Amino acid sequence: MKIDKNTINKIARLSRIKLDDKESEDYIKDLNSILDWVEQLNEVNTENVEPLSNISSSILPKREDVSKDTNSSEEILENAPDKLEGFFAVPKVVE
Amino acid sequence: MNNLIKGEKYDWEIVIGLEIHAQVKSNSKLFSSSSTKFGSSPNSQVSLVDAAMPGMLPVINKYCVEQAVKTGIGLNAKINNYSVFDRKNYFYADLPQGYQISQYKYPIVGEGKVTIDFKDGTSKDIRIVRLHLEQDAGKSLHDQNPSKTYVDLNRSGVALMEIVSEPDIRTPDEAGMYISKIRSILMYLDTCDGNMQEGSLRADVNISVRKPGDEYGTRCEIKNLNSIKFIKQAINYEAKRQIEILESGGSIEQNTMLFNTSTGKTRPMRNKEEAHDYRYFPDPDLLPLEISKEEIGKIKSSIPELPDELKNKFIETYKLSNYDASVLTAEKQTSDYFNETINSDSELKNHAKIVVNWITSELFSLLNKNNQDLNNSPVSPENLGQLVKLISTNEISGKIAKDVLEDMFSSGKTARQIVDEKGLQQVTDQGEIAKVIDEVIAENPKMVEQYLAGKDKLLGFFVGQAMKLTKGKANPKMLNDILKQKLNKKN
Repeated sequence: MKIDKNTINKIARLSRIKLDDKESEDYIKDLNSILDWVEQLNEVNTENVEPLSNISSSILPKREDVSKDTNSSEEILENAPDKLEGFFAVPKVVE
Repeated sequence: MNNLIKGEKYDWEIVIGLEIHAQVKSNSKLFSSSSTKFGSSPNSQVSLVDAAMPGMLPVINKYCVEQAVKTGIGLNAKINNYSVFDRKNYFYADLPQGYQISQYKYPIVGEGKVTIDFKDGTSKDIRIVRLHLEQDAGKSLHDQNPSKTYVDLNRSGVALMEIVSEPDIRTPDEAGMYISKIRSILMYLDTCDGNMQEGSLRADVNISVRKPGDEYGTRCEIKNLNSIKFIKQAINYEAKRQIEILESGGSIEQNTMLFNTSTGKTRPMRNKEEAHDYRYFPDPDLLPLEISKEEIGKIKSSIPELPDELKNKFIETYKLSNYDASVLTAEKQTSDYFNETINSDSELKNHAKIVVNWITSELFSLLNKNNQDLNNSPVSPENLGQLVKLISTNEISGKIAKDVLEDMFSSGKTARQIVDEKGLQQVTDQGEIAKVIDEVIAENPKMVEQYLAGKDKLLGFFVGQAMKLTKGKANPKMLNDILKQKLNKKN
Protein backbone atom coordinates (compact mmCIF):
# COMPACT_ATOMS: atom_id res chain seq x y z
CA MET A 1 0.00 0.00 0.00
CA LYS A 2 1.27 3.46 -0.95
CA ILE A 3 0.11 6.78 0.48
CA ASP A 4 -0.34 9.40 -2.23
CA LYS A 5 -1.50 13.00 -2.22
CA ASN A 6 -5.20 12.02 -2.45
CA THR A 7 -4.98 9.61 0.45
CA ILE A 8 -3.17 12.08 2.68
CA ASN A 9 -5.80 14.73 1.92
CA LYS A 10 -8.57 12.30 2.77
CA ILE A 11 -6.96 11.29 6.05
CA ALA A 12 -6.42 14.94 6.94
CA ARG A 13 -10.05 15.77 6.19
CA LEU A 14 -11.35 12.81 8.22
CA SER A 15 -9.17 13.94 11.14
CA ARG A 16 -10.18 17.60 10.73
CA ILE A 17 -6.51 18.59 10.35
CA LYS A 18 -5.47 21.24 7.87
CA LEU A 19 -2.18 20.52 6.05
CA ASP A 20 -0.25 22.82 3.75
CA ASP A 21 1.66 21.42 0.76
CA LYS A 22 4.95 21.10 2.61
CA GLU A 23 3.31 19.23 5.51
CA SER A 24 1.48 16.95 3.09
CA GLU A 25 4.75 15.99 1.42
CA ASP A 26 6.39 15.30 4.80
CA TYR A 27 3.53 13.13 5.99
CA ILE A 28 3.40 11.18 2.73
CA LYS A 29 7.08 10.37 3.23
CA ASP A 30 6.68 9.50 6.96
CA LEU A 31 3.56 7.40 6.59
CA ASN A 32 4.98 5.49 3.64
CA SER A 33 8.12 4.58 5.54
CA ILE A 34 6.00 3.42 8.51
CA LEU A 35 3.82 1.33 6.21
CA ASP A 36 6.88 -0.17 4.49
CA TRP A 37 8.23 -1.20 7.84
CA VAL A 38 4.93 -2.73 9.00
CA GLU A 39 4.55 -4.49 5.67
CA GLN A 40 7.32 -6.86 6.67
CA LEU A 41 4.58 -8.65 8.61
CA ASN A 42 3.11 -9.74 5.30
CA GLU A 43 5.89 -12.29 5.11
CA VAL A 44 4.13 -14.28 7.84
CA ASN A 45 1.54 -16.73 6.66
CA THR A 46 -1.71 -15.87 8.53
CA GLU A 47 -4.09 -18.01 6.55
CA ASN A 48 -6.89 -19.39 8.76
CA VAL A 49 -5.70 -17.36 11.75
CA GLU A 50 -8.37 -15.22 13.41
CA PRO A 51 -7.26 -11.63 14.03
CA LEU A 52 -6.32 -10.94 17.62
CA SER A 53 -8.18 -8.06 19.25
CA ASN A 54 -6.03 -7.84 22.31
CA ILE A 55 -2.76 -9.36 23.45
CA SER A 56 -3.63 -9.34 27.13
CA SER A 57 -4.85 -12.62 28.57
CA SER A 58 -6.78 -10.99 31.39
CA ILE A 59 -10.55 -10.88 31.44
CA LEU A 60 -12.65 -7.78 30.78
CA PRO A 61 -13.46 -6.30 34.19
CA LYS A 62 -17.17 -5.55 34.71
CA ARG A 63 -19.00 -3.26 37.11
CA GLU A 64 -22.38 -3.60 38.81
CA ASP A 65 -25.25 -1.46 37.53
CA VAL A 66 -25.13 1.20 40.23
CA SER A 67 -25.63 4.83 39.27
CA LYS A 68 -23.78 7.61 41.01
CA ASP A 69 -25.32 11.03 41.25
CA THR A 70 -22.93 13.26 39.40
CA ASN A 71 -24.81 16.54 39.29
CA SER A 72 -22.09 17.35 36.87
CA SER A 73 -23.28 20.30 34.82
CA GLU A 74 -21.04 22.93 36.36
CA GLU A 75 -17.88 20.85 36.30
CA ILE A 76 -18.54 19.40 32.85
CA LEU A 77 -19.20 22.79 31.29
CA GLU A 78 -16.21 24.42 32.95
CA ASN A 79 -13.88 23.92 29.98
CA ALA A 80 -16.49 24.59 27.32
CA PRO A 81 -15.53 27.46 25.00
CA ASP A 82 -19.18 28.47 24.88
CA LYS A 83 -22.15 27.50 27.04
CA LEU A 84 -25.75 28.70 27.32
CA GLU A 85 -28.61 27.68 29.62
CA GLY A 86 -26.72 24.64 30.87
CA PHE A 87 -25.89 23.39 27.39
CA PHE A 88 -22.70 23.30 25.36
CA ALA A 89 -23.26 25.89 22.66
CA VAL A 90 -21.70 25.03 19.31
CA PRO A 91 -21.96 26.64 15.87
CA LYS A 92 -25.34 25.88 14.35
CA VAL A 93 -25.41 22.42 12.83
CA VAL A 94 -27.72 22.57 9.85
CA GLU A 95 -29.21 19.19 9.09
CA MET B 1 -51.14 -11.99 -0.71
CA ASN B 2 -50.27 -9.32 -3.25
CA ASN B 3 -47.65 -7.00 -1.83
CA LEU B 4 -46.92 -5.13 -5.03
CA ILE B 5 -47.50 -1.44 -5.52
CA LYS B 6 -48.44 0.06 -8.83
CA GLY B 7 -46.25 2.57 -10.59
CA GLU B 8 -47.15 4.36 -13.81
CA LYS B 9 -45.64 1.57 -15.90
CA TYR B 10 -44.88 -1.47 -13.75
CA ASP B 11 -45.72 -3.23 -10.52
CA TRP B 12 -43.02 -2.86 -7.88
CA GLU B 13 -42.02 -4.71 -4.75
CA ILE B 14 -40.62 -2.77 -1.78
CA VAL B 15 -37.71 -4.39 0.06
CA ILE B 16 -37.27 -3.18 3.64
CA GLY B 17 -34.76 -3.87 6.41
CA LEU B 18 -34.78 -2.27 9.85
CA GLU B 19 -32.06 -1.31 12.29
CA ILE B 20 -33.77 -0.85 15.63
CA HIS B 21 -32.03 1.00 18.45
CA ALA B 22 -33.37 -0.07 21.82
CA GLN B 23 -32.14 1.64 24.95
CA VAL B 24 -31.23 -0.88 27.65
CA LYS B 25 -33.33 -0.36 30.78
CA SER B 26 -30.50 0.10 33.26
CA ASN B 27 -29.66 2.46 36.12
CA SER B 28 -26.26 3.49 34.85
CA LYS B 29 -24.60 3.91 31.46
CA LEU B 30 -22.79 1.24 29.43
CA PHE B 31 -19.26 2.31 30.35
CA SER B 32 -19.75 4.77 33.23
CA SER B 33 -21.72 5.10 36.46
CA SER B 34 -23.76 8.16 35.46
CA SER B 35 -27.50 7.89 35.75
CA THR B 36 -29.65 7.14 32.69
CA LYS B 37 -32.73 8.92 34.02
CA PHE B 38 -34.76 10.65 31.31
CA GLY B 39 -35.64 14.34 31.46
CA SER B 40 -33.06 15.58 33.96
CA SER B 41 -31.56 19.05 33.64
CA PRO B 42 -29.00 19.29 30.82
CA ASN B 43 -25.50 17.91 31.37
CA SER B 44 -26.27 16.90 34.96
CA GLN B 45 -25.63 13.18 34.35
CA VAL B 46 -22.27 13.31 32.65
CA SER B 47 -19.19 11.65 34.09
CA LEU B 48 -15.68 12.41 32.95
CA VAL B 49 -15.85 9.22 30.86
CA ASP B 50 -19.03 10.39 29.09
CA ALA B 51 -17.46 13.77 28.38
CA ALA B 52 -14.37 11.98 26.98
CA MET B 53 -11.89 13.76 29.22
CA PRO B 54 -8.33 12.66 28.42
CA GLY B 55 -7.16 9.58 30.30
CA MET B 56 -10.60 8.30 31.25
CA LEU B 57 -11.20 4.58 30.76
CA PRO B 58 -14.48 2.76 30.07
CA VAL B 59 -15.59 -0.03 32.43
CA ILE B 60 -18.45 -2.17 31.16
CA ASN B 61 -21.79 -2.50 32.95
CA LYS B 62 -22.42 -6.20 33.68
CA TYR B 63 -26.18 -5.76 33.80
CA CYS B 64 -26.28 -4.24 30.29
CA VAL B 65 -24.39 -7.26 28.95
CA GLU B 66 -26.91 -9.59 30.60
CA GLN B 67 -29.85 -7.65 29.14
CA ALA B 68 -28.36 -7.95 25.65
CA VAL B 69 -28.00 -11.72 26.12
CA LYS B 70 -31.54 -11.94 27.47
CA THR B 71 -32.87 -10.03 24.46
CA GLY B 72 -30.88 -12.27 22.14
CA ILE B 73 -32.52 -15.33 23.67
CA GLY B 74 -35.93 -13.66 23.28
CA LEU B 75 -35.17 -13.14 19.58
CA ASN B 76 -34.40 -16.86 19.20
CA ALA B 77 -30.86 -15.88 18.37
CA LYS B 78 -27.40 -17.34 18.75
CA ILE B 79 -25.49 -15.88 21.70
CA ASN B 80 -21.81 -15.41 20.99
CA ASN B 81 -19.44 -16.45 23.77
CA TYR B 82 -16.87 -14.06 22.39
CA SER B 83 -17.49 -10.53 21.15
CA VAL B 84 -15.40 -7.41 20.60
CA PHE B 85 -15.95 -3.68 21.04
CA ASP B 86 -14.85 -1.48 18.17
CA ARG B 87 -14.53 2.24 17.66
CA LYS B 88 -16.77 3.74 15.00
CA ASN B 89 -15.12 7.03 14.12
CA TYR B 90 -16.97 10.19 13.09
CA PHE B 91 -17.09 13.83 14.09
CA TYR B 92 -20.23 15.35 15.46
CA ALA B 93 -20.86 17.94 18.15
CA ASP B 94 -22.79 15.54 20.39
CA LEU B 95 -20.10 12.82 20.22
CA PRO B 96 -17.33 14.03 22.55
CA GLN B 97 -15.08 10.99 22.04
CA GLY B 98 -14.99 11.46 18.29
CA TYR B 99 -15.97 7.81 18.07
CA GLN B 100 -18.80 5.61 19.26
CA ILE B 101 -17.91 2.40 21.06
CA SER B 102 -19.88 -0.23 19.18
CA GLN B 103 -19.49 -3.80 17.96
CA TYR B 104 -18.68 -4.52 14.35
CA LYS B 105 -17.25 -7.84 13.30
CA TYR B 106 -17.97 -9.78 16.49
CA PRO B 107 -21.38 -8.80 17.91
CA ILE B 108 -22.66 -10.24 21.19
CA VAL B 109 -25.72 -11.80 19.49
CA GLY B 110 -25.88 -13.46 16.08
CA GLU B 111 -28.66 -14.70 13.81
CA GLY B 112 -32.21 -15.04 15.08
CA LYS B 113 -35.81 -14.57 13.98
CA VAL B 114 -39.16 -13.16 15.04
CA THR B 115 -42.63 -14.02 13.77
CA ILE B 116 -45.29 -11.51 12.79
CA ASP B 117 -48.99 -12.48 12.59
CA PHE B 118 -51.46 -11.20 10.01
CA LYS B 119 -55.18 -10.62 10.41
CA ASP B 120 -56.01 -13.42 7.96
CA GLY B 121 -54.38 -15.96 10.27
CA THR B 122 -51.13 -16.35 8.35
CA SER B 123 -47.75 -15.42 9.79
CA LYS B 124 -44.26 -14.65 8.54
CA ASP B 125 -40.76 -14.95 9.94
CA ILE B 126 -38.44 -11.95 9.81
CA ARG B 127 -34.78 -12.97 10.16
CA ILE B 128 -32.48 -11.06 12.48
CA VAL B 129 -28.89 -10.62 11.35
CA ARG B 130 -27.45 -9.58 14.70
CA LEU B 131 -27.81 -7.61 17.90
CA HIS B 132 -24.91 -5.58 19.21
CA LEU B 133 -24.21 -3.30 22.15
CA GLU B 134 -23.18 0.29 21.63
CA GLN B 135 -23.11 3.73 23.22
CA ASP B 136 -25.74 6.33 22.51
CA ALA B 137 -24.59 9.82 21.51
CA GLY B 138 -25.55 13.07 23.23
CA LYS B 139 -28.50 15.11 22.09
CA SER B 140 -28.31 18.14 19.79
CA LEU B 141 -31.02 20.77 19.98
CA HIS B 142 -31.18 22.87 16.85
CA ASP B 143 -34.25 24.98 17.55
CA GLN B 144 -33.42 26.65 20.88
CA ASN B 145 -31.27 29.46 19.57
CA PRO B 146 -31.12 31.13 16.13
CA SER B 147 -27.34 30.94 15.77
CA LYS B 148 -26.26 28.04 18.02
CA THR B 149 -26.86 24.34 18.38
CA TYR B 150 -27.19 23.22 22.01
CA VAL B 151 -25.63 19.97 23.17
CA ASP B 152 -26.80 17.92 26.15
CA LEU B 153 -24.56 14.97 27.04
CA ASN B 154 -26.96 13.27 29.49
CA ARG B 155 -27.68 10.58 26.90
CA SER B 156 -24.03 10.25 25.94
CA GLY B 157 -22.86 6.74 26.80
CA VAL B 158 -26.26 5.21 27.56
CA ALA B 159 -26.37 1.55 26.46
CA LEU B 160 -28.17 0.74 23.22
CA MET B 161 -28.94 -2.59 21.63
CA GLU B 162 -28.94 -2.31 17.86
CA ILE B 163 -31.10 -5.02 16.33
CA VAL B 164 -30.54 -5.49 12.59
CA SER B 165 -33.04 -7.38 10.43
CA GLU B 166 -32.53 -9.06 7.09
CA PRO B 167 -34.35 -7.27 4.22
CA ASP B 168 -37.30 -9.66 4.69
CA ILE B 169 -39.96 -6.98 5.09
CA ARG B 170 -42.11 -6.15 2.05
CA THR B 171 -44.76 -3.60 3.08
CA PRO B 172 -45.10 -0.59 5.40
CA ASP B 173 -47.59 -2.61 7.47
CA GLU B 174 -45.13 -5.48 7.89
CA ALA B 175 -42.51 -2.96 9.04
CA GLY B 176 -44.97 -1.66 11.62
CA MET B 177 -45.83 -5.19 12.78
CA TYR B 178 -42.17 -6.13 12.99
CA ILE B 179 -41.21 -3.20 15.20
CA SER B 180 -44.33 -3.75 17.34
CA LYS B 181 -43.29 -7.36 17.80
CA ILE B 182 -39.73 -6.43 18.77
CA ARG B 183 -41.11 -3.83 21.18
CA SER B 184 -43.44 -6.42 22.68
CA ILE B 185 -40.60 -8.92 23.20
CA LEU B 186 -38.38 -6.23 24.78
CA MET B 187 -41.17 -5.22 27.15
CA TYR B 188 -42.00 -8.80 28.22
CA LEU B 189 -38.28 -9.29 28.88
CA ASP B 190 -38.13 -5.89 30.60
CA THR B 191 -34.82 -5.13 28.86
CA CYS B 192 -36.10 -1.86 27.30
CA ASP B 193 -39.02 0.34 28.34
CA GLY B 194 -40.21 0.54 24.72
CA ASN B 195 -41.03 4.24 25.01
CA MET B 196 -40.83 5.50 21.43
CA GLN B 197 -41.77 9.06 22.31
CA GLU B 198 -38.82 9.45 24.65
CA GLY B 199 -36.59 7.82 22.05
CA SER B 200 -35.93 4.60 24.01
CA LEU B 201 -36.87 2.74 20.83
CA ARG B 202 -36.14 4.16 17.38
CA ALA B 203 -35.34 2.79 13.96
CA ASP B 204 -33.34 3.40 10.81
CA VAL B 205 -35.15 2.03 7.77
CA ASN B 206 -33.42 0.70 4.64
CA ILE B 207 -35.60 0.79 1.55
CA SER B 208 -35.20 -0.26 -2.05
CA VAL B 209 -37.65 -1.23 -4.79
CA ARG B 210 -37.48 -3.84 -7.53
CA LYS B 211 -39.62 -5.55 -10.09
CA PRO B 212 -40.74 -8.93 -8.68
CA GLY B 213 -38.05 -11.56 -9.17
CA ASP B 214 -35.27 -9.05 -9.90
CA GLU B 215 -32.11 -8.57 -7.82
CA TYR B 216 -32.30 -6.11 -4.92
CA GLY B 217 -32.27 -2.47 -6.05
CA THR B 218 -30.01 0.26 -4.65
CA ARG B 219 -31.19 1.18 -1.17
CA CYS B 220 -31.58 4.39 0.78
CA GLU B 221 -31.48 4.59 4.56
CA ILE B 222 -33.91 6.81 6.46
CA LYS B 223 -32.46 7.74 9.84
CA ASN B 224 -33.96 7.97 13.27
CA LEU B 225 -37.70 7.35 13.06
CA ASN B 226 -39.40 7.24 16.43
CA SER B 227 -42.98 6.23 15.75
CA ILE B 228 -44.65 3.41 13.84
CA LYS B 229 -46.79 5.96 12.02
CA PHE B 230 -43.71 7.83 10.77
CA ILE B 231 -42.02 4.58 9.75
CA LYS B 232 -44.98 3.68 7.55
CA GLN B 233 -45.27 7.20 6.13
CA ALA B 234 -41.56 7.38 5.39
CA ILE B 235 -41.57 4.01 3.61
CA ASN B 236 -44.58 4.96 1.50
CA TYR B 237 -43.04 8.26 0.48
CA GLU B 238 -39.57 6.89 -0.16
CA ALA B 239 -40.84 3.92 -2.21
CA LYS B 240 -42.90 6.23 -4.42
CA ARG B 241 -39.93 8.56 -4.85
CA GLN B 242 -37.69 5.69 -5.95
CA ILE B 243 -40.31 4.25 -8.32
CA GLU B 244 -40.82 7.63 -9.98
CA ILE B 245 -37.08 7.99 -10.56
CA LEU B 246 -36.73 4.46 -11.95
CA GLU B 247 -39.79 4.71 -14.21
CA SER B 248 -38.58 7.95 -15.73
CA GLY B 249 -35.32 6.20 -16.66
CA GLY B 250 -33.16 7.41 -13.76
CA SER B 251 -31.20 5.43 -11.20
CA ILE B 252 -31.19 5.46 -7.40
CA GLU B 253 -28.23 6.97 -5.63
CA GLN B 254 -27.39 5.21 -2.38
CA ASN B 255 -28.07 7.82 0.26
CA THR B 256 -28.79 8.52 3.88
CA MET B 257 -32.09 10.35 4.19
CA LEU B 258 -33.95 12.33 6.81
CA PHE B 259 -37.73 12.22 7.20
CA ASN B 260 -39.53 15.47 7.81
CA THR B 261 -42.43 14.61 10.12
CA SER B 262 -44.45 17.71 9.25
CA THR B 263 -44.24 17.45 5.44
CA GLY B 264 -44.13 13.65 5.30
CA LYS B 265 -41.20 13.80 2.84
CA THR B 266 -37.69 12.37 2.84
CA ARG B 267 -34.58 14.27 1.75
CA PRO B 268 -30.88 13.36 1.58
CA MET B 269 -28.64 14.31 4.49
CA ARG B 270 -25.78 16.69 3.88
CA ASN B 271 -22.10 15.85 4.40
CA LYS B 272 -22.74 12.53 2.79
CA GLU B 273 -19.32 12.19 1.16
CA GLU B 274 -17.78 11.30 4.51
CA ALA B 275 -20.76 9.55 6.02
CA HIS B 276 -19.61 6.01 5.43
CA ASP B 277 -15.94 6.07 6.32
CA TYR B 278 -16.15 4.99 9.95
CA ARG B 279 -12.72 3.33 10.12
CA TYR B 280 -13.79 0.67 12.61
CA PHE B 281 -11.04 -0.86 14.70
CA PRO B 282 -11.01 -2.76 18.02
CA ASP B 283 -11.12 -0.38 20.99
CA PRO B 284 -7.74 -0.73 22.70
CA ASP B 285 -9.34 0.41 26.01
CA LEU B 286 -11.53 -2.69 26.19
CA LEU B 287 -10.73 -6.38 26.30
CA PRO B 288 -12.91 -8.78 24.33
CA LEU B 289 -16.19 -9.65 26.04
CA GLU B 290 -16.43 -13.30 26.99
CA ILE B 291 -19.57 -14.97 28.31
CA SER B 292 -19.53 -18.55 29.52
CA LYS B 293 -22.14 -21.18 28.72
CA GLU B 294 -23.02 -21.23 32.42
CA GLU B 295 -23.74 -17.50 32.45
CA ILE B 296 -25.93 -17.83 29.37
CA GLY B 297 -27.75 -20.78 30.94
CA LYS B 298 -28.41 -18.76 34.07
CA ILE B 299 -29.87 -15.88 32.08
CA LYS B 300 -31.97 -18.31 30.03
CA SER B 301 -33.55 -19.72 33.17
CA SER B 302 -34.59 -16.23 34.27
CA ILE B 303 -36.59 -15.52 31.13
CA PRO B 304 -40.36 -15.05 31.60
CA GLU B 305 -43.07 -16.40 29.31
CA LEU B 306 -42.71 -14.59 25.98
CA PRO B 307 -45.54 -13.38 23.73
CA ASP B 308 -45.28 -16.30 21.27
CA GLU B 309 -45.37 -18.96 23.99
CA LEU B 310 -48.29 -17.22 25.64
CA LYS B 311 -50.02 -16.92 22.28
CA ASN B 312 -49.78 -20.66 21.67
CA LYS B 313 -51.06 -21.31 25.15
CA PHE B 314 -54.08 -19.07 24.54
CA ILE B 315 -54.80 -20.76 21.21
CA GLU B 316 -54.66 -24.18 22.79
CA THR B 317 -56.49 -23.46 26.04
CA TYR B 318 -59.19 -21.14 24.76
CA LYS B 319 -59.41 -22.14 21.07
CA LEU B 320 -58.69 -18.57 20.01
CA SER B 321 -57.62 -17.66 16.49
CA ASN B 322 -53.96 -16.98 15.84
CA TYR B 323 -54.74 -13.33 15.24
CA ASP B 324 -56.87 -12.83 18.36
CA ALA B 325 -54.19 -14.49 20.45
CA SER B 326 -51.48 -12.31 18.94
CA VAL B 327 -53.46 -9.12 19.64
CA LEU B 328 -53.92 -10.25 23.25
CA THR B 329 -50.24 -11.00 23.75
CA ALA B 330 -48.82 -7.97 21.92
CA GLU B 331 -48.59 -6.12 25.21
CA LYS B 332 -48.02 -7.69 28.56
CA GLN B 333 -50.69 -5.58 30.23
CA THR B 334 -53.27 -6.88 27.74
CA SER B 335 -52.45 -10.54 28.30
CA ASP B 336 -52.43 -9.96 32.07
CA TYR B 337 -55.84 -8.29 31.87
CA PHE B 338 -57.24 -11.13 29.74
CA ASN B 339 -55.89 -13.73 32.16
CA GLU B 340 -57.48 -12.01 35.13
CA THR B 341 -60.80 -11.55 33.35
CA ILE B 342 -61.13 -15.12 32.16
CA ASN B 343 -60.08 -16.54 35.52
CA SER B 344 -62.60 -14.41 37.41
CA ASP B 345 -65.40 -16.87 36.65
CA SER B 346 -65.07 -20.52 35.67
CA GLU B 347 -67.87 -20.17 33.09
CA LEU B 348 -65.96 -17.62 31.08
CA LYS B 349 -63.48 -20.18 29.72
CA ASN B 350 -66.18 -21.29 27.32
CA HIS B 351 -66.72 -17.75 26.09
CA ALA B 352 -63.12 -16.71 25.52
CA LYS B 353 -63.85 -15.24 22.10
CA ILE B 354 -66.48 -12.91 23.62
CA VAL B 355 -64.02 -11.89 26.34
CA VAL B 356 -61.40 -11.05 23.68
CA ASN B 357 -63.86 -8.96 21.69
CA TRP B 358 -64.97 -6.98 24.71
CA ILE B 359 -61.40 -6.25 25.71
CA THR B 360 -59.84 -5.52 22.33
CA SER B 361 -62.68 -3.64 20.69
CA GLU B 362 -65.12 -2.20 23.23
CA LEU B 363 -62.87 -1.56 26.22
CA PHE B 364 -59.90 -0.47 24.09
CA SER B 365 -61.99 2.06 22.19
CA LEU B 366 -63.35 3.53 25.46
CA LEU B 367 -59.81 3.75 26.85
CA ASN B 368 -58.63 5.39 23.63
CA LYS B 369 -61.47 7.88 23.62
CA ASN B 370 -60.67 8.88 27.20
CA ASN B 371 -56.93 8.84 26.68
CA GLN B 372 -56.46 6.19 29.31
CA ASP B 373 -54.32 3.12 29.64
CA LEU B 374 -55.36 -0.47 30.36
CA ASN B 375 -53.15 -0.38 33.44
CA ASN B 376 -55.46 2.09 35.14
CA SER B 377 -58.69 1.06 33.46
CA PRO B 378 -61.78 2.14 35.45
CA VAL B 379 -63.30 -1.24 34.58
CA SER B 380 -61.57 -4.02 36.48
CA PRO B 381 -61.04 -7.45 34.90
CA GLU B 382 -63.57 -8.96 37.35
CA ASN B 383 -66.22 -6.42 36.36
CA LEU B 384 -65.65 -6.99 32.67
CA GLY B 385 -65.92 -10.71 33.35
CA GLN B 386 -69.26 -10.15 35.01
CA LEU B 387 -70.49 -8.16 32.01
CA VAL B 388 -69.45 -10.90 29.59
CA LYS B 389 -71.26 -13.42 31.73
CA LEU B 390 -74.47 -11.39 31.54
CA ILE B 391 -74.11 -11.39 27.75
CA SER B 392 -73.27 -15.07 27.45
CA THR B 393 -76.24 -16.09 29.58
CA ASN B 394 -78.52 -13.92 27.42
CA GLU B 395 -79.44 -11.75 30.35
CA ILE B 396 -78.63 -8.64 28.39
CA SER B 397 -78.13 -8.12 24.66
CA GLY B 398 -74.79 -7.15 23.19
CA LYS B 399 -76.18 -3.79 22.19
CA ILE B 400 -77.34 -2.97 25.71
CA ALA B 401 -74.05 -4.28 27.05
CA LYS B 402 -72.24 -1.50 25.19
CA ASP B 403 -74.25 1.11 27.10
CA VAL B 404 -73.66 -0.79 30.32
CA LEU B 405 -69.91 -0.82 29.72
CA GLU B 406 -69.89 2.92 29.10
CA ASP B 407 -71.78 3.40 32.34
CA MET B 408 -69.35 1.10 34.18
CA PHE B 409 -66.49 3.07 32.73
CA SER B 410 -67.76 6.44 33.93
CA SER B 411 -69.54 5.48 37.18
CA GLY B 412 -67.28 2.66 38.39
CA LYS B 413 -70.37 0.56 39.18
CA THR B 414 -70.50 -3.16 38.43
CA ALA B 415 -72.42 -4.52 35.45
CA ARG B 416 -74.87 -6.27 37.77
CA GLN B 417 -75.66 -3.04 39.65
CA ILE B 418 -76.33 -1.11 36.46
CA VAL B 419 -78.50 -3.82 34.88
CA ASP B 420 -80.58 -4.17 38.06
CA GLU B 421 -80.93 -0.45 38.69
CA LYS B 422 -81.98 0.36 35.16
CA GLY B 423 -83.97 -2.81 34.54
CA LEU B 424 -82.02 -3.71 31.44
CA GLN B 425 -82.62 -7.44 31.47
CA GLN B 426 -83.30 -8.75 28.03
CA VAL B 427 -86.88 -9.57 27.07
CA THR B 428 -86.88 -13.23 26.15
CA ASP B 429 -90.59 -13.82 26.64
CA GLN B 430 -91.99 -14.99 23.28
CA GLY B 431 -95.44 -13.63 24.00
CA GLU B 432 -94.20 -10.23 24.99
CA ILE B 433 -92.06 -9.88 21.90
CA ALA B 434 -94.88 -11.10 19.67
CA LYS B 435 -97.18 -8.49 21.16
CA VAL B 436 -94.80 -5.69 20.31
CA ILE B 437 -94.37 -6.98 16.78
CA ASP B 438 -98.11 -7.10 16.24
CA GLU B 439 -98.23 -3.50 17.32
CA VAL B 440 -95.54 -2.47 14.85
CA ILE B 441 -97.17 -4.34 12.01
CA ALA B 442 -100.54 -2.79 12.76
CA GLU B 443 -99.12 0.70 12.82
CA ASN B 444 -97.27 0.43 9.51
CA PRO B 445 -99.57 -1.18 6.94
CA LYS B 446 -97.88 0.59 4.00
CA MET B 447 -94.50 -0.65 4.94
CA VAL B 448 -95.82 -4.16 5.32
CA GLU B 449 -97.24 -3.95 1.82
CA GLN B 450 -93.94 -2.80 0.38
CA TYR B 451 -92.09 -5.51 2.25
CA LEU B 452 -94.35 -8.17 0.94
CA ALA B 453 -93.92 -6.73 -2.56
CA GLY B 454 -90.26 -7.65 -2.29
CA LYS B 455 -88.55 -4.76 -0.51
CA ASP B 456 -86.62 -7.03 1.85
CA LYS B 457 -84.55 -4.21 3.23
CA LEU B 458 -87.56 -3.02 5.21
CA LEU B 459 -87.05 -5.86 7.67
CA GLY B 460 -84.50 -3.67 9.40
CA PHE B 461 -87.09 -0.95 9.80
CA PHE B 462 -89.48 -3.28 11.61
CA VAL B 463 -86.71 -4.59 13.84
CA GLY B 464 -85.76 -1.02 14.68
CA GLN B 465 -89.34 -0.04 15.55
CA ALA B 466 -89.82 -3.08 17.76
CA MET B 467 -86.50 -2.50 19.50
CA LYS B 468 -87.51 1.08 20.16
CA LEU B 469 -90.70 -0.05 21.82
CA THR B 470 -88.82 -2.50 24.06
CA LYS B 471 -86.11 0.09 24.76
CA GLY B 472 -83.59 -2.15 23.05
CA LYS B 473 -84.18 -4.99 25.46
CA ALA B 474 -85.73 -7.56 23.13
CA ASN B 475 -83.55 -10.53 22.36
CA PRO B 476 -82.49 -9.71 18.80
CA LYS B 477 -82.54 -13.25 17.50
CA MET B 478 -86.00 -13.99 18.85
CA LEU B 479 -87.24 -10.65 17.56
CA ASN B 480 -85.94 -11.41 14.08
CA ASP B 481 -87.36 -14.90 14.01
CA ILE B 482 -90.83 -13.96 15.22
CA LEU B 483 -90.96 -10.92 12.96
CA LYS B 484 -90.14 -12.95 9.86
CA GLN B 485 -92.65 -15.56 10.81
CA LYS B 486 -95.42 -13.02 11.27
CA LEU B 487 -94.66 -11.07 8.12
CA ASN B 488 -94.47 -14.17 5.99
CA LYS B 489 -97.79 -15.35 7.33
CA LYS B 490 -99.35 -12.22 5.85
CA ASN B 491 -98.25 -13.32 2.42
